[in-house]
Amino acid sequence: MPKLFNAGTLFVAAAVAGALINADAALAQANEQFVPMLVYRSGPYAPNGIPFANGYADYLTLVNERDGGVNGVKIMFEECETGYATDRGVECYERLKSKGPTGAAAFSPLSTGITYALTEKAYTDKIPLITMGYGRSESVDGSVFPWNFPLLGTYWDAADILIQHVGHLNGGLDKLKGKKIALVYHDSPYGKEPIPLLQERAKRLGFELITIPVTHPGVEQKAAWLQVRQLRPDYVFLWGWGVMNSTAIKEAVAVNYPRDHMYGVWWAGAEPDVLPAGADAKGYNALALQHSAGQGPVHADILKYVYGKGKGAGQKEDVGHVLYNRGLVNAMLLIESIRTAQGKFGKKPLTGEQVRWGIENLSLDQKRISQLGLAGMLQPLKVSCSDHEGARHARIHQWDGTKWVFVSDWIEADETVIRPMVEEAAAKYAKDKNLTRRDCKVGA
Amino acid sequence: MLYREAGQFKTTYGADQAVFPIRQDQLFIALWLAVGFVLVPLVSSEYLLRAILIPFLILALAALGLNLLVGYCGQLSLGTGGFMAVGAYAAYNLCVRIPALNPLVAFLLAGGVSTLVGIAFGIPSLRIKGYYLAVATLAAQFFLDWVFSRVAWFSNNTPSGSITAPPVTLFELTFDTPVKKYSLCLSILVLFAAVAKNLVRGRIGRAWMATRDMDVAAEIIGIRPMYAKLSAFAVSSFFIGVAGGLWAFVHLGSWEPLAFDVNRSFSILFMVIIGGLGSILGSFLGAAFITVLPLVLNQLPQWLGISISTAMISHLEAMIFGCLIVFFLIVEPLGLARLWRIGKEKLRLWPFPY
Repeated sequence: MPKLFNAGTLFVAAAVAGALINADAALAQANEQFVPMLVYRSGPYAPNGIPFANGYADYLTLVNERDGGVNGVKIMFEECETGYATDRGVECYERLKSKGPTGAAAFSPLSTGITYALTEKAYTDKIPLITMGYGRSESVDGSVFPWNFPLLGTYWDAADILIQHVGHLNGGLDKLKGKKIALVYHDSPYGKEPIPLLQERAKRLGFELITIPVTHPGVEQKAAWLQVRQLRPDYVFLWGWGVMNSTAIKEAVAVNYPRDHMYGVWWAGAEPDVLPAGADAKGYNALALQHSAGQGPVHADILKYVYGKGKGAGQKEDVGHVLYNRGLVNAMLLIESIRTAQGKFGKKPLTGEQVRWGIENLSLDQKRISQLGLAGMLQPLKVSCSDHEGARHARIHQWDGTKWVFVSDWIEADETVIRPMVEEAAAKYAKDKNLTRRDCKVGA
Repeated sequence: MLYREAGQFKTTYGADQAVFPIRQDQLFIALWLAVGFVLVPLVSSEYLLRAILIPFLILALAALGLNLLVGYCGQLSLGTGGFMAVGAYAAYNLCVRIPALNPLVAFLLAGGVSTLVGIAFGIPSLRIKGYYLAVATLAAQFFLDWVFSRVAWFSNNTPSGSITAPPVTLFELTFDTPVKKYSLCLSILVLFAAVAKNLVRGRIGRAWMATRDMDVAAEIIGIRPMYAKLSAFAVSSFFIGVAGGLWAFVHLGSWEPLAFDVNRSFSILFMVIIGGLGSILGSFLGAAFITVLPLVLNQLPQWLGISISTAMISHLEAMIFGCLIVFFLIVEPLGLARLWRIGKEKLRLWPFPY
């Protein structure tokens, strides 16, 4: 009996303590900006989801610890586990969208499927979506998609840059005629996204495109790679995520497909993708969404202000990994957008609608990027109503067995190919959904 | 005492054969309907409606459909997700290809398409039973999954394979706000539940139950097994198809084939098993258990003010949820509906049990 009593007391104590903490939080909330985080720290995509979420959280903590928030407005953030599942992602979105004094600033779902589902809701809820390097490719057109921001590049850019790179390796894009390029992709909106661009490029350049789907979660790829062995494509583009990437590299070894002819998208080019394959991953290439692995001045600050105070979200050793950096850059872009929006709306917690203005008017030059401690990792970017990407450059990096090394210069996606496709797809969306386009020339 | 039918005399055959012959039950249902239609829309937050109640209602409809097949007719099916997908894609294609068609009508037609597909995949049930049938319906699940992700026509040649549903309207009314969506789902669910309740206590339901309990004996007393089994597949698929249409159009709004994968089939089967096989009420209880509990477990630490890492919470959620399923199946293998029945019997005797 005494034991039971103890458990009861503990429970009550915990509940009371919880209530006190909550009351405390409510007092402090008035001058805080709420940033929701949709993460996946469990399931088959966790190896890639965890470093991204850590980078994101650490940067937000850094802003609070080092600068005391954005112009004095502290950032409070909360994670919600989606497991990369669309229905759970929508539930998390509903859970977090109205927290904080002004509601959620912006969502970064880190899943193209969830992005598709949330795109519909953004119009009514007036909360922007920052889909950095993923999401709907046609959402570059801000006149139709005012709430979507595929900053730094879309999958159409990624596919185009890969085509340009392999064309360059062959001595010119016209030399790709008659070549075979296979796309091994995650069978979801994410993996299917580059197909229209690759088909367009195949038509123009005369190479043969082979599309090989891999079913979620991608641990079973024997059939796909037997097809690769049979068809012997000149290049394999890998559009995978989570455990699918490392499995693909192992399967490539099994069918003896040369790793240096494999090119991953920027979501298939991080440490968790190559490390499980061991030495066999050597020579594997992938796109780098602007940055690769590595540390800059901002990482030194993170180690000092965040990990030094024991507030880090992950392990100290993982700071500076590819996906960690990507999460960090994603958080930085949001913080800079909030800062931009504060310039117009005042130094107070902002609504999603105000943050949206900030993202659309975000402009980072080389000087500002250096100030942020990210010199060399980012190209200057400038977002506008008609261009919701801001920048469309990437480099190729290669795994040398121990680290990622850049093997190409900056390549810019070819707007003459992509822009007409974006406009066509956006116009179709606007027509299907009966939307009135914003006029980008007026300036919103 | 509280639940005693003494003094309620039935003077007509009609009264004797009513769906709910006991006054307490009638009051109870009326109360629940009042809560569902009036109180909940008034007091619920948007989160409660959009993230918990709407999915609960739609999955309850699917569980109800599956319960007719598994619980009443005894035909084990693992193809629920596939049949939901048939409903969703049929409704989408009807709406896209016949723009004049009202989505609500499209749901019913999609239920019809799902019925046809259900009958087709129900044919093996005439020859095989039990686990073997489960495997055959699992094949249906994988086949339908494959069709919808590979044949671009079904998703109107959308390159990404993710499709967006047109808005659901009725005359001038658009079901866009959470309250309207909730009311729509609740109305459809109540309608279908009434149909199901009446089906299972009539000739068809008795034929199903006879087939479930012993098919040879049922055949001997004059029930055609082919008719009984295929009608169960047909009605069940109709319910599930409509639920699939609602899930896609009303809840998700935009979806990909993964929304109807094999895990959906399993979770709906678990709802039926945990709620209670062969019980209409059980379908609701099971749906509530499976949809609401994980969300509660996921948010419980935060409500209590305990800070645990996100990964730990989601691992704990899976573990506790699994343990609770095992616990309930050990304590009450006949499901939550059986607990309710025991409760009712206790209430009859209360406060003077013997």
